[in-house]
Formats: sequence, C-alpha cells, structure tokens
Amino acid sequence: MTRVRDRASVPVPLLVPAALAVAFLVLPLVGLLMRTPWSSLGPALTAPGVGLALRLSLVTASLATLMSVVLGVPLAWVLARSTARGRSLLRALVTVPLVLPPVVGGVALFLVLGRRGIVGQWLVEAFGITIPFTTAAVVIAEAFVAMPFLVISVEGALRAADARFEDVAATLGADRWTTFRRVTLPLVAPGVAAGAVLCWARALGEFGATITFAGNFPGTTQTMPLAVYLALQSDPEAAIALSLVLLAVSVGTLLLLRGRWLGRAAP
Amino acid sequence: MNLEASVRLRRGSLDLAVDLAVAGGEVVAVLGPNGAGKSTLLRVLAGLLPPDDGRIAVAGAVWDDVPAGIHLPPHRRALGMVFQDALLFPHLTVADNVAFGLRTHGTRRADARAAAGAWLERVGLEGMGNQRPAQLSGGQAQRAALARALVGEPDLLLLDEPLSALDARTRLTVRAELRRHLADFRGGTVLVTHDPVDAMALADRVVVVEQGQVVQAGTPAEVNSRPRTDYVARLAGLSLLSGTGEGRTVRLDGGGVVAVAEEAAGAVFAAVRPESVALYLGRPDGSPRNVWPSRLVGATPHGSTVRCELAGEVPLVADVTATAFAELGLTPGVEVWATVKASEVAVYAR
Repeated sequence: MTRVRDRASVPVPLLVPAALAVAFLVLPLVGLLMRTPWSSLGPALTAPGVGLALRLSLVTASLATLMSVVLGVPLAWVLARSTARGRSLLRALVTVPLVLPPVVGGVALFLVLGRRGIVGQWLVEAFGITIPFTTAAVVIAEAFVAMPFLVISVEGALRAADARFEDVAATLGADRWTTFRRVTLPLVAPGVAAGAVLCWARALGEFGATITFAGNFPGTTQTMPLAVYLALQSDPEAAIALSLVLLAVSVGTLLLLRGRWLGRAAP
Repeated sequence: MNLEASVRLRRGSLDLAVDLAVAGGEVVAVLGPNGAGKSTLLRVLAGLLPPDDGRIAVAGAVWDDVPAGIHLPPHRRALGMVFQDALLFPHLTVADNVAFGLRTHGTRRADARAAAGAWLERVGLEGMGNQRPAQLSGGQAQRAALARALVGEPDLLLLDEPLSALDARTRLTVRAELRRHLADFRGGTVLVTHDPVDAMALADRVVVVEQGQVVQAGTPAEVNSRPRTDYVARLAGLSLLSGTGEGRTVRLDGGGVVAVAEEAAGAVFAAVRPESVALYLGRPDGSPRNVWPSRLVGATPHGSTVRCELAGEVPLVADVTATAFAELGLTPGVEVWATVKASEVAVYAR
C-alpha cells in the first residue's frame, strides 16, 4: 500500500455532514439490532404467519426476477443494440416505474388488470382469470417495480461490451440469435447477474404496489414487508424480528454483489 | 477471379468507390492512410455494412448486388476475417474459439474440436487449446485468430491490420508465419494495412486507396519504384516531383528543372531515392547536372543513416550516413547544396 497520508485528510465542511450521513444511515440499523428481542426471537420467527410470509416473499420475488430476466434482457438488448428510431423515448417509458411512486404503479396495474380493466376484463371474459388480490398479482406488482433495475443494469453491460465480438461471430457464420446466445449473453453474464440480484432485492422489499394491487391476505399476498407493517400495529416485537430477517437477506444480497461493486474499490 | 467487387458507399465525409478483383490464392493489399476507407471497404466485403451501390461476387456466388436487391448477411458468406486486436471470445477457450465457426455451421463437437486442434498445431499453438485468450500473448492471440478464420476453409480471407497491434519483434515472426499460411490458402485474400512493409512482404498486388478512391495499383515493386501520389512516395521513401518532360530535362510544376537520363515528354513524375541525393556545404565542383541550393528543415535517424528533409526550389529527402551528418555539422536551418545524378532520377508518365 502506498496510500498518501495527505489524501486521507478531509476538509471539515465535508467531514461533518459526511459523518452525520453515516450516522443517519447506520444508526437505525444499529437500533434495530439493539432492540431485537434475541431471547424471544425463536418463537417470533416460528410464529405461524412468519414462515408463510417469508416463503411467499422469497417465491414471489424469485418469480418476479425470473419474469424480469426473461422479458428484461431482450428489452435491454433492443435498447442497446437496435438502431430503430424512438429508442430514447422507449427507454424513458420503460424506466418510468423506477421513479414512479409504487402506490401509483399499483393503482395503474389495477386499472389495467383489474376486473374492469382494459386487459383484466378481457381475461375474465375469455379465460375466467382474475388477477388482482392473487399471488400472481404480487409477482406482477413486484416485477413492474423491479424490472427497470434489471433492464438498466443489463443495458449498461451491453453498451460496455465490445460490439466487435458480435461482428466476429457474424463472420464465423453465427446469425444474430446464435450470436446473442453464444457470444453476447456470456459476455454480459456478470451484468445480468448483478441486475438480477438488484431486481430480486427490490422485489423482496416491494410494498406500495403490492398492497394496492394484490392486497394483504396472509398466505396468498401478504409478503414480508406487508407482514412487518401489519405486525408493527399489533406486535412490535414480531415486527422487529421480521425486519431482522429482511435485513439479513439484504446484507446477504450485498455480500453477493460485493465482488462486483465493493470489490472494485479495493482490487 | 475469386473475388470481384465494385463498392460504392458514402458515410459521413467518406466517399468510397473501389473496384477490386482478387484471384484464387492471390493476396491483395489495400494500402492507405488512416481514414482512407480501407476498413470500411473490408466491412462491406464482410457484409457487416451494406454498400449504397455495387456488386460483390466471390467464387461464383453473389454476396451483394445492390441493383438486384441482393445482400447476403455476413453469417451466410463463406469468409474468414482477422481483426487488428485478434478479438478472441474471452469466455471461450482458445480451442473453442477456433472451433466456433465450425460449430455454427453444424459440425459436430468432436469433429470441430479435432479440426481446431489440427489448426492450433499448424499455427504453432499445440497444447494451448484449453487456455483462455487472456493467457495468450499478443502474437499467440493473433495466430489463434488466424486459425479461427481459416479453419472453415473460407472462399475469402479478410485481414484488417492483422499485425499492427503487435510489438516490432513479434510482428516480424508473425508476418513470416502469415506469409507461409497465405501461400497455402487457396481462396483470395484481402489485406488491409497502413504499413507498407506488410503490404510489400505479404501481397502479390497492392491497391493504394486514398480518400475512398484507388489512386494506384500494381505489384509491390511497381508501386514502390513508381509512386503516383505523395502518400505512396513517402511510404516508399521517395521524393516525388511532378513536371513536364522536355527532352532530357523535366520542368517541375513547382519551379526548377531536373536533368534526367532518358527522353521525357508530356506530364511526368520524377522520383528520387533518398540515398542518391548527396549533400555539400559549398557548391560542388565537377559536373553533376542537378545541383540545387537547399535548406535542411528536418533530420531523423533512420537505421545507420540520417534522413534529411530539404526545403528549396526542389523539395527532396536525402539519406546521409551518421558520420557524414556529424562531419558536415548539419543542423536544421543549415544551407546546403543537394546534388543528384541524372541517371538516378526515375521518370515515368503521369
């Protein structure tokens, strides 16, 4: 290490707010750990509703991620590689859910896929399928909110990847689909993985769109964040225990991504 | 003819109009400065860029015919291409890289692997098939890229500056190997390069492209000895003077007269080799018929000699030995006399 000592000194006007920011971001988590009723943690976590909510959360977040990968990776390819006009407009439209309040997303989904919605009405009449307030609705709400994270991550990876490899593949007889499968996708695999983890974490924490579009029914639509919120009203200790589980999952996610993002600063 | 191409393409400031014919087994070098459109031409031949107009036919198959509305996508052209940076797929082993083209054409895995192994041996990379491209040196990577391009026995081989990313020493050995592999290759080869040494060493014919247009074509020796543009003359290390022949003298367009050994008439080029120019501090006695006062404006070491750039009525380049350079006390700005024997001036029609 040849780190210069001088560079470690931070000007006071920057140091104080920076320290405050750290405290602001870290203290609530410390508080959560301090208030955790460690002795009664076991019973709280094995309470009947908790396992159900946790399992539902993991399943729906995974399904939402799967859906995002299957639909989002091709979309990212189109955004990164196609030369069609209106691409920037498309990108803007696609990333709206990123900045949209999730509750608004839930309302919008309800208006489209609800019983009286444009698509929902047709689904009911043609197939007898209703989506709102089902587990499928949870997956859709989560994917709606989380897919843009994956799309943006993968599009960035595609743009950073050397497109000349695709030219090479073409000169070696690979059509565009073969090139995508055998060259492009392997090249951006780390970006897809990072995007998927990010997407999964976002889906796991989804609250607003889920409660609006899917409701809060234990076993079918009550995911962990919903359970935490509900528990806080009646049984704060259970809420803390549930929060702890989500925190553990989040930290696990961060560790998964460490090699990619945190690792870059200290090679 | 193995390749017959007539390519027209406008792209930004580039106006490409090149006709090219390459026989089977022949190597044609497309030589030109950066931005001349050489690589664009190669991309058009590969099908990566559709031309605005023209026709490309290889081994009897039409690859492009704009009037007839034919454009074969690159993956359906029987070609092999080597890029400047090798561009081996980083996620595949070296052997899988070489086998890639065979696999896309439906060759079974085992057969493709065997063929790749044989080619790796041919290019001197036996036993390295299981390595990752990142573990190869630049020269090894370029050899693997050549094997990858040739393993499918293409009708046309396209080489885009294949040696320019290599260091000088590696370039020498890879160039010699490339020459050997090209001699065995039965299809046509188009080599794009801005290095005249590559062109001279590897090509049967040289096509010089400047600003999208062919300015000269011929054997390397012809192009080398009778350049038609300043760019080619500079590559060949010659001073190119244009003028009008008047018997045994050439009146230069830029002023001044050059005595020559043969009769010349009409618009001609006079080319002077740097080693045939002698420099003196005082006006030389004796009878050289070409004596010009000049000023030294630049000097760069060039092997065991110093290449001197001269300004004056007749702009010339002179090679003098390092010893003579020192003894004459030459420094930029010094006034000198430059002489050339009439018999050392090559004259040819413009």
